[in-house]
Amino acid sequence: MAATASALLPDPGRAALPASPAAPAGDAAGKHQWAFGVDATKCIGCLRCVEACKAENEVALDAHHFRTWVERYVYVEGVDEPRIDSQSDPVNIAASGSEQHYRFANRYQEEKVEKAFFVPKLCNHCTHPACVQVCPTGATFKTADGVVLIDHTYCIGCQYCVQACPYGARFFDVENRVTEKCTWCYHRITRGLLPACVEVCPVGARVFGDRNDKQSPISRFLAENRVEVLKPETGNAPNVFYVGIDKDVR
Amino acid sequence: MHPDFTAAPYIGYVYPNETVFPWGVLIVVYPYLTGLVAGAFTVSSLYQVFGLERLRPVAHFALLTSLCCMIFVPTPLLLHLGHPERAFNAVFTPHWTSAMAMFGYFAGFYVLLLMVETWFVFRPHIVHEAQQRAGPLGWFYRLLSLGSYDLSAEALRIDAKWILTLAIIGIPAAHGLHGYVGFLFGSLKSREWWSSDLMPVIFLFSAIISGVSLLTVLYVLSCRLRRIPVDADCVKGLGYTVWGFLMFTLLLEGVEFGSLVYKGREGIDMILLFVRTRLIIPFFVLQIGVGAVTPILILSYLFWRGTAGRKLVAGVTLSALLILLNVIMMRFNVVIGGQEISKTGVGLLSYPWVFLGKEGVFAAASVLVAPMLLLLMMVRLFPPWHESEPPRAL
Repeated sequence: MAATASALLPDPGRAALPASPAAPAGDAAGKHQWAFGVDATKCIGCLRCVEACKAENEVALDAHHFRTWVERYVYVEGVDEPRIDSQSDPVNIAASGSEQHYRFANRYQEEKVEKAFFVPKLCNHCTHPACVQVCPTGATFKTADGVVLIDHTYCIGCQYCVQACPYGARFFDVENRVTEKCTWCYHRITRGLLPACVEVCPVGARVFGDRNDKQSPISRFLAENRVEVLKPETGNAPNVFYVGIDKDVR
Repeated sequence: MHPDFTAAPYIGYVYPNETVFPWGVLIVVYPYLTGLVAGAFTVSSLYQVFGLERLRPVAHFALLTSLCCMIFVPTPLLLHLGHPERAFNAVFTPHWTSAMAMFGYFAGFYVLLLMVETWFVFRPHIVHEAQQRAGPLGWFYRLLSLGSYDLSAEALRIDAKWILTLAIIGIPAAHGLHGYVGFLFGSLKSREWWSSDLMPVIFLFSAIISGVSLLTVLYVLSCRLRRIPVDADCVKGLGYTVWGFLMFTLLLEGVEFGSLVYKGREGIDMILLFVRTRLIIPFFVLQIGVGAVTPILILSYLFWRGTAGRKLVAGVTLSALLILLNVIMMRFNVVIGGQEISKTGVGLLSYPWVFLGKEGVFAAASVLVAPMLLLLMMVRLFPPWHESEPPRAL
């Protein structure tokens, strides 16, 4: 799927801009209001989403640059704090045998696990994004349909936005010397497609849609669940909504 | 792994993207340089505006020092940027909600002000050289005179008014520039280590002590090189200035740290672990112990005993050197330390030292040395020494 979409779209990793000549104009009038849901109770940690994202958006194939990632929380008997790791943990990279493919190592075989779950993470496309506030050139901006994007032709690569994001969602693209992050696959959603990570998720742990459409998957997700957001105290007002996470998820 | 980045080792859990530090030692050098600018300008203003006569021997030298440092302030930023060729995007089409977008305006205004004030201060020398010298240097001074050769008493009186006006405007400009740098860090709510309302004030005070200290060291060194006696009264004045501001700086840092610990917000356990382990040497030993408490004790002893002459000069110069260490360690502990504490609140990263490359230690050290080399050239073109001049009529 990802490869096919990539073949159809020019410069997939950079097609996030409405101004891009080959990309659709986006939603200047704000007809849509995109949002994302994560049901952590469904995630099985298969990491297909992470690999699909890397392929779709041409993210560097290493263990240090991710538009989306998955965290694993394991509560071992007798220990109060959870053990947390992600696919980029050295033990997990060793288990996969490569920084280009991801899997969670079965590292808790010998432990008595009381509780464990996975939490997919990505850019929260906040309503009040700190990254947009601090960008000195306005290269990072929020679209009318609620997506935070980066104009790579205008980004100076100062990485102030990387510092400002409380979620660690941004990174510096060393090849192109600009900041990168999840765009909810803007080049896909403006064509009526789902973000790559949502499309490949085999269990429906990732939900995406238009909040203005009351019948969309995300509207139903929000209506049917008690949801929470990450780090609400920052005032960023995230638009990625979680179900089934624990107090230790930050 | 890509050759252009070095991944940081860590303990606990950190977000995957955090393993590449966004800002390295170049961004340590940036606030250090702006601090030297503000501090050196403070000394110049203490004489020009507030009439502190004992600082007269270093007043014009302070102005040159401030200018030389200011010229290089954008260098670490330009070296750091992914696209330095787009740097002016932030000036021509600024994003007004960004503190960083203000840099071009603050820096541009201040460097212009410094250049104009320096021109007025050295105008008699420029005119003199323009009329005396031949060859390329003569051309240089004639060009610099801007055709203004009038050195009459009336013209010099007008010059003095301009100098006073510019020096007054320069005080908020210089300190605003550095306070703004503190705001860059303090306004970020993503990092508990930075997110403090006191940050701009602490940056400002530490800027003043670093600039005064640099000036002390350079002045004493210049006297040795010129084989002339050091003006102990001037050094004592510099010592008093740095002593007072240093105590305030230490107090503010203590209040900030105490407040952080007392509030004990989420992630404080990891911060305290960071403080108890990683910060022992760079913060407690080097920044606070060696760089702040020791010079306070030395200066207190010198002033309490009424020490004078060579011992006073040696003591104040040693203190100044230690304070320069204090401030660079403060910048390091803020910029690098802040990034070593993971945004997850449950992990600590270790800064991966890089020595070569455009963001390495050698590049950063070169950026620090460059203003000193420029200053060496500038004092030859515009001698700031006052030994043979009569005291200024205030």
